[in-house]
Amino acid sequence: MERRAFYRNGTLPWLLIGPQLLLVLVFFYWPTSQALYWAFTLEQPWGGGNTWVGWDNFAAIFRDSEYWTVVGRSTFYATVTTLLSMAVALTLAVFADRALKGTKLFQSVYVWPYAIAAPAAGVAFRFIFAPESGLIGAINQMWPGIWNPAINGWQALGMVIVCHAWLGIGYNFIFFLAALQMIPRSLSEAGAMDGARPFRRMMDLQLPLIAPTVFFLLIMNLISSFTDSFGLIDTMTEGGPFGSTEVMVYKIYFDGFKGFDYSGAAAQSIVLMLLVIALTIIQFTWVEKRVHYH
Amino acid sequence: MIERSPIFDAISYGVMILGLMLVLLPFWITFVAGSQSIQEVTQVPINLWPSSHLLENLQAAWDRADLGPKMLNSFLVASGVTIGKIVLASLSAFAIVFFNFRARMVCFWLIFMTLMLPLEVRIVPTYAIAANALQPLQVLLDVTGISWLIQTLSGVQVSLEWNLLNSYPGMILPLVATATGTFLYRQFFMTIPDELVEASKMDGSGPLRFFWEVLIPLSRTNMLALATIMFVSSWNQYLWPLLITTDRATYGTVVMQLKALIPDPTGLPDWNVTMAGALIIMLPPLLVVAFMQRWFVRGLISKDK
Repeated sequence: MERRAFYRNGTLPWLLIGPQLLLVLVFFYWPTSQALYWAFTLEQPWGGGNTWVGWDNFAAIFRDSEYWTVVGRSTFYATVTTLLSMAVALTLAVFADRALKGTKLFQSVYVWPYAIAAPAAGVAFRFIFAPESGLIGAINQMWPGIWNPAINGWQALGMVIVCHAWLGIGYNFIFFLAALQMIPRSLSEAGAMDGARPFRRMMDLQLPLIAPTVFFLLIMNLISSFTDSFGLIDTMTEGGPFGSTEVMVYKIYFDGFKGFDYSGAAAQSIVLMLLVIALTIIQFTWVEKRVHYH
Repeated sequence: MIERSPIFDAISYGVMILGLMLVLLPFWITFVAGSQSIQEVTQVPINLWPSSHLLENLQAAWDRADLGPKMLNSFLVASGVTIGKIVLASLSAFAIVFFNFRARMVCFWLIFMTLMLPLEVRIVPTYAIAANALQPLQVLLDVTGISWLIQTLSGVQVSLEWNLLNSYPGMILPLVATATGTFLYRQFFMTIPDELVEASKMDGSGPLRFFWEVLIPLSRTNMLALATIMFVSSWNQYLWPLLITTDRATYGTVVMQLKALIPDPTGLPDWNVTMAGALIIMLPPLLVVAFMQRWFVRGLISKDK
């Protein structure tokens, strides 16, 4: 819908939009271009500004096999977190959509993880998974030493992934439920008339119809698990043991703020930015398609 | 309900109850462990029923992590971000939707593009800009030769500096500089019919009056949704406040204090105090979400889609 009624005023719109533009320029565009500048330059150790080094910083991180390990680990982390979280949320949404008695209560509780700060969940899960405490750690009584995420890297990574997936349940549930409720009742009724039982209707009717939401959430979850894991990892494992939970965001933080390697961190930031932009573009082109489809 | 299928209904309840346990388990364990004494919390296997030490653990956690002033900081930052966001987003969306000025679409895209890159991926350079928020202006003056001009004319060397480290603006402003709210308001303003604009014009009201007396009351639901989303997300910020505050004692937020509550591996494993602290820290955003659910769910869905 194109708007026809406009206000005409030379300066007022600029006054209205000015503050937001200023903030965006100072805190978004400037830092982003700064990251580009650093990525292609190297700071002189004894001061005297930056010298242009072209693609050297990128070449340096790409040559580093450790960097590729981190990229691989981040990809694994993001994929498993996304699939786990979406699978649980989708299952819950499909059953909560059946409008049985009392579902409202279930629905409102399923949203709760959305409200929790990642580090708070991190601390709670750290206790749940602590080898010396009485929950998961209790299996150490039967098989001593079988569970210890402070030593075993895979266990540590698994523990962080489970926590991240749990945190995503609320957000995913909201979107899945909304999508399911958008499906016209008459479709389900028609399916029932044709003799499709509830489970059949879930698989063959509801799931295909919410495919757009599945795709949207897939991208959103991938982006957030690539970028938003710092709070969890910092409270649960600090990247350890022996770097086995170090993902891209954590490495950027570590190289930039602990190692003071701004150029290396900037080059890594650019790589991560490109990844996120690529995911967003995939989503946009796809959304475009959907608009034409309908 | 379309047909009666008691068996499938039973399965549905079964799955939903399992889901409920899955979602509630971390909350329940935090609460239970937070209410136990240190002997109880170190028991293996742990007793999953609350005990009677909740208040003293809450007190201990409150003191140990100095949560009083930190709570205040968290509230200041979260409400600063929320209010700042609502004001800026509604104003800029108003300009984009209801004014026909030349750079309209450019402005929209400039703001909208910020949705693409979360703060975490540009954290290092954002930190640098926070160390001196006037740096872009300085560079602008240097490049255009204005600072050279001023220096030769008046002998004053131009060096602008506005350090945002250890300050509330530093904790708030970068979080306000995103497009979430602008986009949400824009989506809503687009649904306002042209007739309403024309009617209010005919009644002789100017743009500001239209904004204040028509748009703002109409967008109340929108505002509640945005407020909930922004409050929760800014309360839960971790990495940014961690970087921008070196003076933790004065400017620390509660979420930053969580790490300080974790027991030392070599010390006393008093997880009961840790959990009581986590309980306090997760409660405010949880309450907001629980009470505002109806509004914020609607806002969240229209924001992201």
